[in-house]
Amino acid sequence: MIGLSHYLIVSAIIFSIGLVGVLRRRNLLMLFFATEVMLNGVNIAFAAISHYYNDLTGQMFAFFIIAIAASEVAVGLGILIVLYKKYGSLDLDDLANMRG
Amino acid sequence: MENLVYVALFAPFVGSLFASIFGMSERKMFVGYVASALLATAFVASATLAFNLYTTGNVIHLTMMDWISAGDINVPFGFVIDQISVTMMTVVTLVSTIVHIYAIGYMDHDKSFNRFFSYLSAFVFSMMVLVMSDNFLGLFIGWEGVGVCSWLLVGFWYHKPDQTREENPSISPSWAANEAFIMNRIADLGMLIGIFILYWNTGSLQYDEVFAQLPYLSDTILTTAAIALFIGAMGKSAQFPLHTWLTDAMEGPTPVSALIHAATMVTAGVFLVIRANPLYAVTPEVSFFIACLGTFVAFYAASMALVERDLKRIIAYSTLSQLGYMFAAAGLGAYWIALFHLAAHAFFKALLFLGGGNVMHAMHDELDLFKMGELRKKMKGTWIYMTIASIALAGLPPLAGFWSKDAIIETAFNESTYVLWFMLVLTAGMTAFYSFRQVFLTFHGEDRHTALGFHPHEMYTFVLVAMSPLAVLAIITGWFMDSYKGFIYKLSENVHYDMSAHTHHLATYLGLIVIFVAVSGIALAYYKYARTGEHAFKRDLEKEDGFVYKLLKNQYYVPKFYEEFITKPYRIISEVLWTRVDLKIVDATVDGIAKFFYHTGDKTRAMQTGNLSNYLNWMAFGAVILLLIAAISAMIG
Repeated sequence: MIGLSHYLIVSAIIFSIGLVGVLRRRNLLMLFFATEVMLNGVNIAFAAISHYYNDLTGQMFAFFIIAIAASEVAVGLGILIVLYKKYGSLDLDDLANMRG
Repeated sequence: MENLVYVALFAPFVGSLFASIFGMSERKMFVGYVASALLATAFVASATLAFNLYTTGNVIHLTMMDWISAGDINVPFGFVIDQISVTMMTVVTLVSTIVHIYAIGYMDHDKSFNRFFSYLSAFVFSMMVLVMSDNFLGLFIGWEGVGVCSWLLVGFWYHKPDQTREENPSISPSWAANEAFIMNRIADLGMLIGIFILYWNTGSLQYDEVFAQLPYLSDTILTTAAIALFIGAMGKSAQFPLHTWLTDAMEGPTPVSALIHAATMVTAGVFLVIRANPLYAVTPEVSFFIACLGTFVAFYAASMALVERDLKRIIAYSTLSQLGYMFAAAGLGAYWIALFHLAAHAFFKALLFLGGGNVMHAMHDELDLFKMGELRKKMKGTWIYMTIASIALAGLPPLAGFWSKDAIIETAFNESTYVLWFMLVLTAGMTAFYSFRQVFLTFHGEDRHTALGFHPHEMYTFVLVAMSPLAVLAIITGWFMDSYKGFIYKLSENVHYDMSAHTHHLATYLGLIVIFVAVSGIALAYYKYARTGEHAFKRDLEKEDGFVYKLLKNQYYVPKFYEEFITKPYRIISEVLWTRVDLKIVDATVDGIAKFFYHTGDKTRAMQTGNLSNYLNWMAFGAVILLLIAAISAMIG
C-alpha cells in the first residue's frame, strides 16, 4: 500500500534534485529547469497532503503554483532571450558584472 | 501715564533694534544720534513719571499681558512704578543718555560703531525691565539680560589679544568678559534658588503677594531665601568674594565701564536688597551680615586702590568700595539712604569714568598714572570734571557724595555698630586719598608724559558739554536729600529710617570727623603727588618692594588664589576627564560601534561576487539555517 510518507519522500527527493540543480548549475536556462523541478516537488507534497486530510485547499494551492510557474517561465524566458542577445552566453560566470 | 511707562521701557529697545539693523555695516553717525535721541525720550518719560509720582503720590501698577499661565503658576508681564523703581529709572536713563552721547565721540574711530550702540541700548532696555518689573521673574529676566549685555560689551574688542604692559599685565577683553559672565552665573544660581524658595512657600512671584505672606513663613525659610537672594546680589554688585571680575571688566570700552560697571548694572544688587526690603527687615542676622560684608568690601577695595597705577582700575576699586557703602546702609536698614547714595554715586562715578575716558582717549589708551602728570594745562574741561567728581567721591560738602556717604556713616553710628562706623570713616579717608592721588598724578605735578612721546589733546567740545549735566548733578544732588526723603517715605513704613535723637544731636560732630578725615586724605595726597620741582613725586622702589605694597598691588593675592586653587585644578580635572573619560570611554564606545559596522561591511563585501550562483548558494544556506532554527525551537518549545 502506498501511503502519504511515500509521496512525501518522492516529493523530498525531487525537491532535493531541484535544489542541487539550482546550487550547482551554471547555465541560467538549466537554473530555470531546476526551479521547475523544485516547484513540482512541492506540488506533489501539496496534493498528497490535501488528499490525506480530505481538504481541497492544498490541491487548489498546487494549481496556483502551476499557474504562477507558467507565468514566471514566460517572463523569465523573455529575459533570458534578451540576455543572450546582449552577452551571447547564459553562463552565470560570464554574467558576473555586479561584483561589489 | 501708562503710555509713558511703555515709552520709557521700549524706547531703548527700539533704539537697539534700529542700531542692530546696521550692526554689520560701517560706521553711520545717525545710528548714534537715533539711539541717543530714543534714550533721551526714555529719560523724559521717566522724569515725567517721577515728577507725577512726586506730586500725586499715585503708584502705577500695570499689567501689559499674561506671560506665563500654566496650572498654579501665573506670572503676568507687569510693571510697577513706585518710588524705588522710578528713582532707578530716572538715574539709569539719565546716565545712559549722557553715556550714549559721549560714546558718539569716544567710539568715533571704531569700525563697530553701530554694533556698540545696539548693545548699549539693549543693556538699557534690560536694566529697565529689571527695575520696573513687578515680579521676581521679570527681575530675573532683566538681571540675565544685563549680564549678557555686559558680556557683549566687556568683550566688545574681542579681537584684542593679551598685551603685556609694564607692571600691569593686561588680560584680553574676551577673557575678562568670560570671567564676568561666569562669576555672575555662579551668583545667579543662588538668586534663582532664592526665587524658587519664595515661590515654593508663597505660591507667587509678585512682589506684593510674596511680601504679604512673609509673616507666615518660618525663620529658616526666610533666612535661606534672604541669603540665596543676597548671593545673587553679591555677584552682580561684585561683593567679596565674587569681586574680581569688576576690575577686569575695565578691559571694555570706557563708556561701558561708566554706564554698566559703575553707574547702573553693578548697583542692581543693591537695588535687589532695597526692593526685597520687607524680606531683609524680618531677617536681621542676614541684614547684619550684609552690613558687615559691605563695610569690609568698602575698606578692602579702598585699600587696593591706594597703590593701583591704572586709572580705570582705581575708579573700579572706588566703585567696589562705594557699593560696599550702599550694602552697609541697606544692611543696617537704611534702605532709602542706600538708594540715595546709589543715585548720587551713579552721577559722580559716571562723570569720573567719562573723564577717565577722555584722558585715555588723549593718551592713546595709556592708563598708567606714572606716565601722565600736568595734564590740566592741556585738558582743562576734563580736569574740572574729574576734580568735581573726585571731591564728590571723597565726600566734601556741599557736593553729592558728602550728604549720602555721611548719612551712611551716621547710620552705622546710630545703630551702635561702632566698629563698622570706624571702618567706614577710615575708608572715607582712604577714598579721599586715592581719588585725589589719581587726580594729582594725572593732572598735577611734573610733566612726565611729553618725554614718553605723548601729545594729549582735549576731547571734542560736544562730549564735554554732554558731560555737564553729570557735573551739575554731582554737585547738587545732595541738596535734595530731605525732599527725596519725603518722597520715598510715602512708599511704605518699611523704608522709613530716622536717626535717633542722640545721633541727631551729635550729627554735626560726626560730619566734621568725616570731613576732617577726608581733608587729611586729600592733603596727604597733595603732599605726596601734586608738588613740583624738587618735591615732585618720585617712585620709591624700596617701598614698592615691601610686603604690604605688594599685597595690595596683587589684590591680596585673591585672583592668584582663584587661579591656583580653582582655575588650575579645574583645568587639570577637565583634562583628566577629557583624556581618560571622554576619549577613552565615551568616544571609544561610539567609535567602536561605528568601526564594528564598518569592518563587518568591509569583510562581508566579499560575498557580493556578482555571480548569481553564489547568491543562490548563500540563500540556500540561509534557508537551511532558518529551517534548523525552526526545527530546534519546535523541539524545545
